[in-house]
Amino acid sequence: MENYPALIVVAPFITGLLAGLFVWIEKRLSYPIVLTGLFVSALSAIQVLIRVIGSGPIQYKLGGWSPPIGIEYRIDLLNAMVLCLVSGVAFLNLIASYKSALKEIGDRASSYFTVYNLFITGLLGVTITGDLFNLYVLIEITSLTSYAQVAMGDRDRGPLASLNYIFIGVIGASFYLLGVGYLYMYTGSLNMADVAVLIKGSQGSSTVLTAFILCILGIWIKMALFPFHVWLPNAYTYSPVIFSRVVAPLMTKVMVYIMIRLMITVFGYDYIFNTLHLSEAVVWLATIAVLAGGVMALAQKNLKKMLTYIIVSEIGYMVGGAWMGNQLGMTGAILHIFNDALMTFALFLAVGNMVYRIEKVDITDLKGLFGKMPWTMGGFVLAAFSIIGVPPTCGFFSKWYLILGALEKGAYHFAAALIVSSLICAVLFFKVFEICFFESGSHGHEHSSHGPAVIEEAPVSMLVISGLVSLSLIVAGCYSGTIVNTIILPFLK
Amino acid sequence: METIISIKPLLAVLVSLLVIPVLVSSSDKPNVRESWTFIAGIIKFLIVLSMLPAVLSQKQIVLTLFKIAPGADIAFRVDALGMLFALVASSLYIITSMYSIGYMRGLNEHGQTRFVSFFALAISATIGAAFSANLLTLYLFYEVLSLATYPLVTHHQDENSRISGRKYLVFILGTSIGLVLPAMIYCYHATGTLEFASGGIFSGQLSKPAATVLLLMFVFGFAKAGIMPVHSWLPAAMVAPTPVSALLHAVAVVKVGAFSIVRVITGIFGVDFLLSFHLGSLVAAIASITIIVSSCIALTQDEFKRRLAYSTIGQLSYIILGVALLSPKGMTGGMLHIAMHAFGKITLFFCAGAIFVATGKKYISQMVGIGKRMPLTMIAFLIGSMSIIGLPPTGGFISKWYLVLGTLEGDQMIMLFVLLSSSLLNAAYFMPIFYKAFFCTKEESMFEDKIEEAPMMCVIPLLITALISFGLFFFPQPFLDLAKLAVKGFIGG
Repeated sequence: MENYPALIVVAPFITGLLAGLFVWIEKRLSYPIVLTGLFVSALSAIQVLIRVIGSGPIQYKLGGWSPPIGIEYRIDLLNAMVLCLVSGVAFLNLIASYKSALKEIGDRASSYFTVYNLFITGLLGVTITGDLFNLYVLIEITSLTSYAQVAMGDRDRGPLASLNYIFIGVIGASFYLLGVGYLYMYTGSLNMADVAVLIKGSQGSSTVLTAFILCILGIWIKMALFPFHVWLPNAYTYSPVIFSRVVAPLMTKVMVYIMIRLMITVFGYDYIFNTLHLSEAVVWLATIAVLAGGVMALAQKNLKKMLTYIIVSEIGYMVGGAWMGNQLGMTGAILHIFNDALMTFALFLAVGNMVYRIEKVDITDLKGLFGKMPWTMGGFVLAAFSIIGVPPTCGFFSKWYLILGALEKGAYHFAAALIVSSLICAVLFFKVFEICFFESGSHGHEHSSHGPAVIEEAPVSMLVISGLVSLSLIVAGCYSGTIVNTIILPFLK
Repeated sequence: METIISIKPLLAVLVSLLVIPVLVSSSDKPNVRESWTFIAGIIKFLIVLSMLPAVLSQKQIVLTLFKIAPGADIAFRVDALGMLFALVASSLYIITSMYSIGYMRGLNEHGQTRFVSFFALAISATIGAAFSANLLTLYLFYEVLSLATYPLVTHHQDENSRISGRKYLVFILGTSIGLVLPAMIYCYHATGTLEFASGGIFSGQLSKPAATVLLLMFVFGFAKAGIMPVHSWLPAAMVAPTPVSALLHAVAVVKVGAFSIVRVITGIFGVDFLLSFHLGSLVAAIASITIIVSSCIALTQDEFKRRLAYSTIGQLSYIILGVALLSPKGMTGGMLHIAMHAFGKITLFFCAGAIFVATGKKYISQMVGIGKRMPLTMIAFLIGSMSIIGLPPTGGFISKWYLVLGTLEGDQMIMLFVLLSSSLLNAAYFMPIFYKAFFCTKEESMFEDKIEEAPMMCVIPLLITALISFGLFFFPQPFLDLAKLAVKGFIGG
């Protein structure tokens, strides 16, 4: 079918709206409706990826209008991969988090699914579009729906976190919009490919430079690159499980994708690395981000919050790799988009399971968890190893490429930061494991600490997905050579 | 050299991995569980054994699992050195499994299923390390082994084991991530390959200072080999149940460390390269210091297992010393010592465990007169300690003989002196135990004059290993041939 690219975005959109209608008609139907939408979307994304691998990039004119007037979807290997990632994670999460959503959001759950699907629609649209202004609109859809979802979380702190998120998010979006404005002023076009052609050769133009800086700054704020990260930890920590599970792996990764898209497709490698010479400064910034994220994570008492700071650190990985200015670094960054999405997803799935059973996840609440929730902890341990970078989990291999890229460039500080970050993560996670392993969970004094623990696992639907995603980390690690050779290297040529 | 592509190395690794779910599912039927452990152990040993003829006829068995990057795949290659190590580890695994039954049931330990499962995982990783074709694969299994051993070390789940576990992680994981990982990536960056090659992978990319730093990063980074000052995790790890100390901290884990260093010296740097920079003597000097200092510390230890641990630290450095001599005889001796020390030291640990099970005694000062109560155990102890000292008629004599010849061959009189004085020290810390066990007056004896050995399952294994130690003096062929073949490959190739 020719319309797969449209279906990827339209399916979750339509079903999201439908589900909203069904809240008044038949509440119970809204969940299967959104689930179907995401399923169709995920299948179409896989179809598109297969087609792109087979026969090269796809251009899809929305509504039959030709670019540069109409909006164009342009799908190459990179965004085909990200599309699969987004729709796949969204679909799996909806299954895994259904019970938890009912528990946390209660009555409002059925109308919540509408917001959820709109959010996913936004992420998918951002990834698929080939139009700079359309990108802005979709970023805003994504952001607005996330503000709403954050606010639905923790009754005391959710709204405040959301407000904070709104303020900074709006600033980021305005920066980006302003940048797009400058580009439009200079070129008269909003189509990415078109703009790229039009600004070629205008190396010295201060308009283009301003546009570039504004766009990148805007995206950095949205992606929570240190020091623009302050909104992220609270927003992700106090949001409902179903949302934090999907936003943590996807949001920042999609923003990194946009950054790479702007760098490669719109402004061009040559402009950034040979004209502006920004690489060195940004790699230093990324180095600091990697370390700062890790150090701040060390200070956290809440498990979920600790993980959010790890995300801040991981953003540094990808930004550093992308700005390294060589193929190895970019390979590492793109591979890390994929790997980090998977492993963050696995981590948050496991944490979601814990929240389902023990509600509060301060690290001290996790006593005896290995006995109580062995399967969840198994998944958590695997995901943690991937973050630390233990082979054969996938986290190791992207780190491998990133460090190689840094060595090739001579950016030893970045390589060192990645190693130190691995060590910090090892400390972080083993601190958690120690509490889960050594301290007995039973509060009564009569219980023998060596007695068989009572297993109180999360529901099967949550466990199965969490387990599968954790195992997929190993599979993805073993096949990272394949991912690099069929997707990333052909994309970078 | 002829190569055969075969799935056998993978099977050898997978057998004990695949049996883990079975072990877990039969956790409430200990006898069934233990039978599965045996079946898996025996199959593993037979698979390893079935590759021996091919290796002895100078063929290599290879298998590439996953292509990660050019020159760095996840791949197996069975050569003489790997075969030697795998034979030792897989045969002793069977004996240790038997011993664990006696020990764990004798002490009524908790969490036995967890124990046997992680034991199986650890032995899988050990065989994987033995058969690794390149540094990446070796690193992979090295890390898996570190992590699989952690729950074994901290098995008792009390404060003491928490502290030891932390020490274990800091030293093992800290050095492997902090030193080996960057060194490995640097090697790949400089040469584009990590494949173990008989002449090393460097051809002029390294200056002497760089080579020195890199070599030291590897030597100290593989902290499992217990080179001072990264040795102190090993005495701490003695809080583990004795089967763990016996198989893992006398054979598998520590020898994976020594084995890795040997691999790096022979396969990454190459003998000629190190000779040209005179770097062998640097490593030999570090090993010598470790030998002497650890033997002196062993003299002062009253806790039986700790004394054995310090003895192990010294003996591991024999392996490193032998290989670092870079002379054919010395290298043969070093590699042979992997096997000879394994059988001797595991006997000693089995004795320590048997005494603990039978009498609850952990300190040497409490073992006066124990020979009258546990004569079989103490006679096995005599044979084991003779092998460690290097006295005929035990296997330890053969490896020490070659080591001494190696020092003479290289005209390294200081090393000769180190070896000889270490033998005296070994005698000084082992012989008094044996002497006091049998030769004491009635008043001095702390035990009644009645023979009461540990459970059969504890005694039989230690008699078997003692017998093997004894037999290896007369029939060292399989190991000696393998060591000679390996040396021929590294020097002649």
